[in-house]
Amino acid sequence: MRTFIRQLAPAALAIVAFTLLLGVVYPLVTTGIAQVAFGDQADGSLVERGGKVVGSELVGQPFSSPEYFHPRPSAAGAGYDGSASSGSNLGPLNSDFLASIDERVAAYRAENGLDDLVDVPVDAVTASGSGLDPHISVANAELQARRVAGARGIEVSTVLELVEANIDGRDLGMLGEPGVNVLLLNLALDDLVVAG
Amino acid sequence: MSWQDLLEVALLVVLLAVTVPPLGTYIAAVYGSRADGSAPGDRVFGPLERSLYRICRVDARREQRWNVYAISLLAFSLVSLLFLYAMLRLQGSLPFNPTDRDGVSPTGAFNIAVSFVTNTNWQWYSGEVAMSHFSQMVGLAVQNFVSAGVGFAVIVAIIRGITRTRHRSRTLGNFWVDMVRGTVRILLPLSFVFALVLVSQGVVQNLGGGTTASVVDAASGSTEQLVPGGPAASQIAIKQLGTNGGGFFNANSAHPFENPNGLTNILEMWAILVIPFALVVTFGILIGDRRQSRLLGAVMVMFLVVISALAIFAEGNGNPALETRGVDQSISATQSGGNMEGKELRFGTSACGLWAGATTGTSNGSVNCMHDSFTPIGGMAPMVQMMFGEISPGGIGVGLMGLLINALLAVFIAGLMVGRTPEYLGKKIQAAEMKLVTLYILAMPIALLGFAAASVVIGSAATFQPGPHGLSEVLYNFASATNNNGSAFAYQGTGTQWYTVTQGLAMLVGRFFLIIPALGIAGALAGKPTVPSTNGTLPTHTPLFGVLIGGVVLVVTGLTFFPALALGPILEHLSL
Repeated sequence: MRTFIRQLAPAALAIVAFTLLLGVVYPLVTTGIAQVAFGDQADGSLVERGGKVVGSELVGQPFSSPEYFHPRPSAAGAGYDGSASSGSNLGPLNSDFLASIDERVAAYRAENGLDDLVDVPVDAVTASGSGLDPHISVANAELQARRVAGARGIEVSTVLELVEANIDGRDLGMLGEPGVNVLLLNLALDDLVVAG
Repeated sequence: MSWQDLLEVALLVVLLAVTVPPLGTYIAAVYGSRADGSAPGDRVFGPLERSLYRICRVDARREQRWNVYAISLLAFSLVSLLFLYAMLRLQGSLPFNPTDRDGVSPTGAFNIAVSFVTNTNWQWYSGEVAMSHFSQMVGLAVQNFVSAGVGFAVIVAIIRGITRTRHRSRTLGNFWVDMVRGTVRILLPLSFVFALVLVSQGVVQNLGGGTTASVVDAASGSTEQLVPGGPAASQIAIKQLGTNGGGFFNANSAHPFENPNGLTNILEMWAILVIPFALVVTFGILIGDRRQSRLLGAVMVMFLVVISALAIFAEGNGNPALETRGVDQSISATQSGGNMEGKELRFGTSACGLWAGATTGTSNGSVNCMHDSFTPIGGMAPMVQMMFGEISPGGIGVGLMGLLINALLAVFIAGLMVGRTPEYLGKKIQAAEMKLVTLYILAMPIALLGFAAASVVIGSAATFQPGPHGLSEVLYNFASATNNNGSAFAYQGTGTQWYTVTQGLAMLVGRFFLIIPALGIAGALAGKPTVPSTNGTLPTHTPLFGVLIGGVVLVVTGLTFFPALALGPILEHLSL
């Protein structure tokens, strides 16, 4: 016991010293260098339009109007809540989960004018891990292209070209999976109207 | 699994193969492999270390016997715990709180403090909802470093127990020196560089509370979205390198600001695995027999590969329950397919299964997808790997410690078969050591199954999903706590008083009831002479011995946990 008490002093001093070194100096120096060298990324890769911040290119956001591509279902708060990232965490056989899959499949088909024989891409009806997934699969985007084109009164081929142009490929050709960044694609669509 | 996914796995293997040997050699030099005791970077780190020793009033040359070493470790952990507990309780009144967070409840703070001090990083709370920036940066991140530093101290003490021969005073080194050197010379420089790499890819690192954006489609139900901020990269770097795993954000490494793309994903997996594997190389150098570390490393790799492959294939095949529901889970040129509930599109199922293997093979526990939504077999894979005791390659220090304990059990069983006193690395393994080995082996399963059974029986304390999946959740979460992992089947609400207290106790058992017997064994070994090896000695660097260790791990885990697994994930799989 006496040995234990004798070790408490170095323990307390070590915690104080480490807190200064690792809890103050290390993160602040890192922040300083990060802000100078990679300022945009360090602040959240923000996207601006007309002087206004409209989001982050890394964080998905909600879209429900027919003229926009729609993101995946989200379990973050009420949906794409940036202050409450979360997955649904529902098990693979959970009846609530399976019921919501049925609803989403039906809604997706109805929205996009697909008949019952068309299988819906899995990402379109499942919630992501973070609830902030910025991407949808290319298959999902291609099925939505007709609706988006119709709502905007533009050619489907124009929309498909934009989808193609907004695919984030695999890093180094092999890391991760390719997908379409929904926010950037939708902004590109809006820019098209402004330009046209 | 596409060919690109295979290349990704291959690239991770290459990254590790290139970096593990030099890092292991460096760590060995930090812990005195060179004859003159010097280490690379003495001129930079030497003065910093000496001033730390001066501040802490530690005599760096003073050696400690195993019990004093263990007592120092306990004293440091206790003070850390109290310090962090106080900070979490008081965070509402502390500075640097731009998101305006209140103090944490008593049992909640106890759970978090234990969790970070024991290198578990179990999180019942949501990072962005419950934690102030101050608590994350000045509290949690500091423990991320030093709890891993303690892991370095444990393993070098055990190595000294093996290499010191009939050491008159039976000392194992100095805890303070070993902990400080691991933290300052290994974790700090690696984390600093890694944090900047992460920022360059989009991980946030600022001191603000976030930016409010006006969303593009105002008809979508919300007009604004918070783009979160905070000192995330500096914490995520050490969270991965230190086998900690506690996320800055609730979604952990699935969050785009923790893990923005395929490149950060593979680098973070590398960071999870590199130090635990490097320590195996360090072990071989310090005991002067690299064949031993090759064998131990091979056993670790084997478990890791089998478990990761199981998770990758189970998730890649998709959820059978969705097949009849009009959902396309196939792999094609335009989608990666598989079981995508709880997974990010940029990673897909393959990178998730691989990560699940890495994070539960080590004591890391960060997740890049939600394990609770895995298929039954996909979810059982990481659960079983934790139940192995996290030895593939395990947490910093404690992973190799676990495999060495299993090696002692293996030589003991082999000794019984041929009727010889077992030896390991030239040291006789006798009754005193085997009693401690037994204590070590029993502590984790007793805590895991005991607390899980109590939780199920006290139904009012439990919220989990219906059917066998609910039992899987309870099992997974106690497997995570007792093995100091930190990943979760996160549907289950574990913020209740019952769970914060029982999980807290489970983490303490999983840390200290394993480290203390292991240090005791090291102390006993330090006092023994080395026996020369003869024709009758069981060689411990051969494939045969690898099979023996692997067999011991499988048999112990299987006998202990199979009945529980049968009622959880196996039953769920059969009801598909």
